[in-house]
Amino acid sequence: MDKLKIADKEFSSRLFTGTGKFSSSQIMRDALLASGSELITVALKRVDVNSEKDDIVSHLDHPRINLLPNTSGVRNAKEAVFAAQLAREALETNWIKLEIHPDPKYLLPDPIETLKAAEELVKLGFTVMPYIHADPVLCKRLEEVGAQCVMPLGAPIGSNKGLKTLEFLEIIIDQSNIPVIIDAGIGSPSHAAFAMEIGADAVLVNTAIAVSQQPINMAKAFRLAVEAGRIAYNAKLAPIQQYAEASSPLTSFLGEEI
Amino acid sequence: MDTFKNIFEQYDWNNTLSSIFSKTENDVINALSKTKRDLEDFKALISPAAKPYLENMAQMSSRMTKQRFGNTIQMYTPMYLSNECQNICTYCGFSITNKIPRRTLTDKEILIEVDFLKSKGFDHILLVTGEANRMVGVDYIKNAIQLIQSKFANITIEVQPMNQDDYELLIHNGLYAVLVYQETYHRQEYKKHHPKGKKSNFYYRLETPDRLGRVGIHKIGLGALLGLEDWRADSFFTALHLQYLKKTYWKTKYSISFPRLRPHSGGLEPKVEMTDSDLVQLICAFRLLDEDVELSMSTRESGVFRENAVNLGITSISAESKTNPGGYVIEPQSLKQFEISDERSTEEVVKMLQRKGLAVVWKDWANNWQ
Repeated sequence: MDKLKIADKEFSSRLFTGTGKFSSSQIMRDALLASGSELITVALKRVDVNSEKDDIVSHLDHPRINLLPNTSGVRNAKEAVFAAQLAREALETNWIKLEIHPDPKYLLPDPIETLKAAEELVKLGFTVMPYIHADPVLCKRLEEVGAQCVMPLGAPIGSNKGLKTLEFLEIIIDQSNIPVIIDAGIGSPSHAAFAMEIGADAVLVNTAIAVSQQPINMAKAFRLAVEAGRIAYNAKLAPIQQYAEASSPLTSFLGEEI
Repeated sequence: MDTFKNIFEQYDWNNTLSSIFSKTENDVINALSKTKRDLEDFKALISPAAKPYLENMAQMSSRMTKQRFGNTIQMYTPMYLSNECQNICTYCGFSITNKIPRRTLTDKEILIEVDFLKSKGFDHILLVTGEANRMVGVDYIKNAIQLIQSKFANITIEVQPMNQDDYELLIHNGLYAVLVYQETYHRQEYKKHHPKGKKSNFYYRLETPDRLGRVGIHKIGLGALLGLEDWRADSFFTALHLQYLKKTYWKTKYSISFPRLRPHSGGLEPKVEMTDSDLVQLICAFRLLDEDVELSMSTRESGVFRENAVNLGITSISAESKTNPGGYVIEPQSLKQFEISDERSTEEVVKMLQRKGLAVVWKDWANNWQ
């Protein structure tokens, strides 16, 4: 499979994952290793930055794994920038998944604060990966301020509903000069494969793996689905037949003229 | 200014109660079949007609909770700072009528208690007091928050209702959440149970979440003291309150607690008994109404009940709690607010959760970026 480049890093896996909702840190580790994921997001609010033996972080210690701290819990740009700086210090990475969702119910991202924070964080030298609604204009604006990718949602976080925003995701993918990572709502391997087939550069999956009855097997299934979807995308899907072969042709009277 | 009072006054207690009791099996089936439920569905789900469907409700509630919160349970610990109180509350050990020596922790004592709680692993703390505005007013609470702020990721208070300015000050100093239980939404019964003191003002208490919402508190905890009045009607009004608050103060998170009346020094018998099956029904009904509200359970409930409740919809619990100031180290024998029921150690509770396939979340906040 072709590699994905974001900022200065190359990824062999196009499946990004998260660390929430697992029934134990050991199961989280086993599942995430089975997923083949090389970029794993962790909520800064869950990490004990004062402890060297933080339970989540210590279970993600593996040469293949890059940690992607996220700002979940912040409500505005100011808090996000501060959280990103704490994350940089604590986890020694410039990468930040920018999440500003002031609404605790659907966890939908605030576009205004996100754009503001992205601009500021780029200036501070961060590799910014913003979680946003599937808004094509916002994606272009983020690209202009220097975000390294965009992470539009397929459906509300944790909903497992699939690509409800499909029309807009297709526009975003069509227009984007930076990688497009479909971030939320992917509930099954078929959703992930579909996301890859339409040309997403990567997907991020957490709940669907963590809450499955067998997280390790589900992680494998997602790994295979993402690979299948990407290979299919590169191989160019055969066109869907858009017209019917009429059983009673309307133009046969033209005889051999056509 | 618009507050919950405007909505609350459109409802009548007796009509609400008879509406709940008139719900039929069909109403229950309808409520269970929907993906989005409203308050009429909630009434059906807490009604006697839903009893035959308790197992269905439990299965659905468990599934919805797992999807939203994952295979996790958050842990918190209460710390009582003072049992001074100027109120008469007929059901409470701290009531001024209870002529027993009182205690308010000093800075030094607070830190000793905190060291003990930190050694147990706690990172989310709930500070509790009675209502004694002169001795344990906003300055005392502000001081306590400042004292422990660097030691806890998340600080909640359950103290007397305050004015908006006071809340603003405390939030500025690191306060994350406030729990304020209405006790009962039955106005006349409320008066009977709170005949004296500032707490006798029903509407001041009722509008407390509005004052908190306006100043942007992160989380508000609601609940009724189950057993004071009919739990079904009180729970309906709690749900009504919750829905109003979520729409009005949309950036704030909410939690619901289910305190059942417990024995205490100078005690009151519950007027309306709530059985274990009723409590399960209520927990599940709240989850089916609202997939993201936090549902909390203290050590008031028995070990056996809590072991099962954590798979039914509950998302946060306490362990090894003491309900008296200094109860952990300083003075284990001081006056308690009520008797707890689950007396297991924190370690035992953690092991129980792990056996149930639930990861313990000690820390889910960072108060240093706010």
